[in-house]
Amino acid sequence: MGRRAPAGIVALLLGALGAQCALQALVPAPATPAPALPAAPPAMALRLASLGDGPAAARLVMLYLHAFDAGIPLRALDYEHVAGWLEGALALDPRSRQPLVAAAQVYAAVADPARVRIMLGVVERAFDADPAQRWPAMAQAAVIARHRLHDMALARRYAQALRLRAPAAPAWARQLELFILQDMSELDSARAVAGALLSDGTIADPAEIRFLEGRLRELERATPRDMRERSGRPVTSGPGRCAGPAR
Amino acid sequence: MTRAICAIAASTLKEALRSRLLWLLAALGLGAVALAGFLQAAVPAEGHATGTALLAAVLRLAGAGVVAIFTVTSIVREAGDKQVELLIALPLPRAAWLLGRLAGCALLALLPAGMAGMLVACVAPPAQAALWTVSLLGELWIVAAFAVFCTLTLQHALPSLCATFGFYLLARSLTALQQAGHGAAQDAGQRAIAAGTDLLAFVLPRLDAFARSEWLLYATGGAADLGRVAVQTAVTVTLLAAAALFDLYRKEF
Repeated sequence: MGRRAPAGIVALLLGALGAQCALQALVPAPATPAPALPAAPPAMALRLASLGDGPAAARLVMLYLHAFDAGIPLRALDYEHVAGWLEGALALDPRSRQPLVAAAQVYAAVADPARVRIMLGVVERAFDADPAQRWPAMAQAAVIARHRLHDMALARRYAQALRLRAPAAPAWARQLELFILQDMSELDSARAVAGALLSDGTIADPAEIRFLEGRLRELERATPRDMRERSGRPVTSGPGRCAGPAR
Repeated sequence: MTRAICAIAASTLKEALRSRLLWLLAALGLGAVALAGFLQAAVPAEGHATGTALLAAVLRLAGAGVVAIFTVTSIVREAGDKQVELLIALPLPRAAWLLGRLAGCALLALLPAGMAGMLVACVAPPAQAALWTVSLLGELWIVAAFAVFCTLTLQHALPSLCATFGFYLLARSLTALQQAGHGAAQDAGQRAIAAGTDLLAFVLPRLDAFARSEWLLYATGGAADLGRVAVQTAVTVTLLAAAALFDLYRKEF
């Protein structure tokens, strides 16, 4: 049998343990401070700190950013700094969808048009760098510009960029511009876009071609007044509901 | 000589196992899984990718730390116990002791690499996880070889550990350093920095090409990556072993 510690030592140990627990129970829980989000370091500094593992570092950057928005209203965040961190994460892992999803779906949910525009700017710059991979975020940005900001010119610019620069995007995304132009009663432009979509050869599905041809005929017959009356219906409330041959 | 190398390698591995290495690895694995699982729940998108990337990064760092610390402390303890003198006095070339040590550390590295590979294979495509695991093993071998070289040269645990971790950080950040050196305005100072980073790139292995998280996230790894890692591992381990042998043969006991 092993040696036993003297009873005094055991008592001292238990007493010290009890004192530690009592001290922690008596001390009030630390209030969680809400420090201001600092500006993001330059992309090069982030890359150096990543130890050569960009994808993991990008996730850590996003976790760091989300730690700041936990429990405080989004309006309390400095959105210029948020944009810097999102773009830093994107620079570390250009294939990650997470920064753009956060920009378009989390941080753009703020009830402040100026801040929403900052987030849409992040999406637009990211789309410019890689339209083929980032068209989903751009489609989301076009819908936000149309329905949240009610900025038809901005929505049209995003939708036009989708049509012209993301030929691999599905038809519904490239047809967004058509519907935005109809909502703007820009019938001539809408006819031109419908014609361009039909003639550029990227739409191969016969059902989609029939749908567009029907839409083009409708546009050719319509007057601006008709379109204004028609636009009283809910036109687009999300990328998946914008248009399609099934409807 | 081969039998002596095998015996020294086996004793190195036994020493590691007797120092509760398996328990330590189990605790590290459990901690890494828990941490990655917790953090992946905290992000609004790509939770699985976040968990996978962080799990791989934590396991890789933990593996490098375990291998480096064990290698350094084991050689320092052996030197403190005067066992090295005893082995050197035997009718064997000094290279037998060193190669035995390196082989033992290489066997030891199989344990953290295998544990990390099994955990990563649960969350990533099996072929990519296998590539990542083999590549991590090469990375750990390089760390172990550098730790052996450093400890023989510096002879004390603290400077050897600092040098090994410095080497690891530098080798993993080499590409980013080179990009930083070449990226800014090209004045005289910047050109000197760029030349310095280029020089470092000549002598250090590019560890950022090893065990890449993007293989696990985007399945981008292939045979070419495996070939590069194998060649880099072979060249670096040979270089470090040759440097350590050079130092060992010059040493007066």
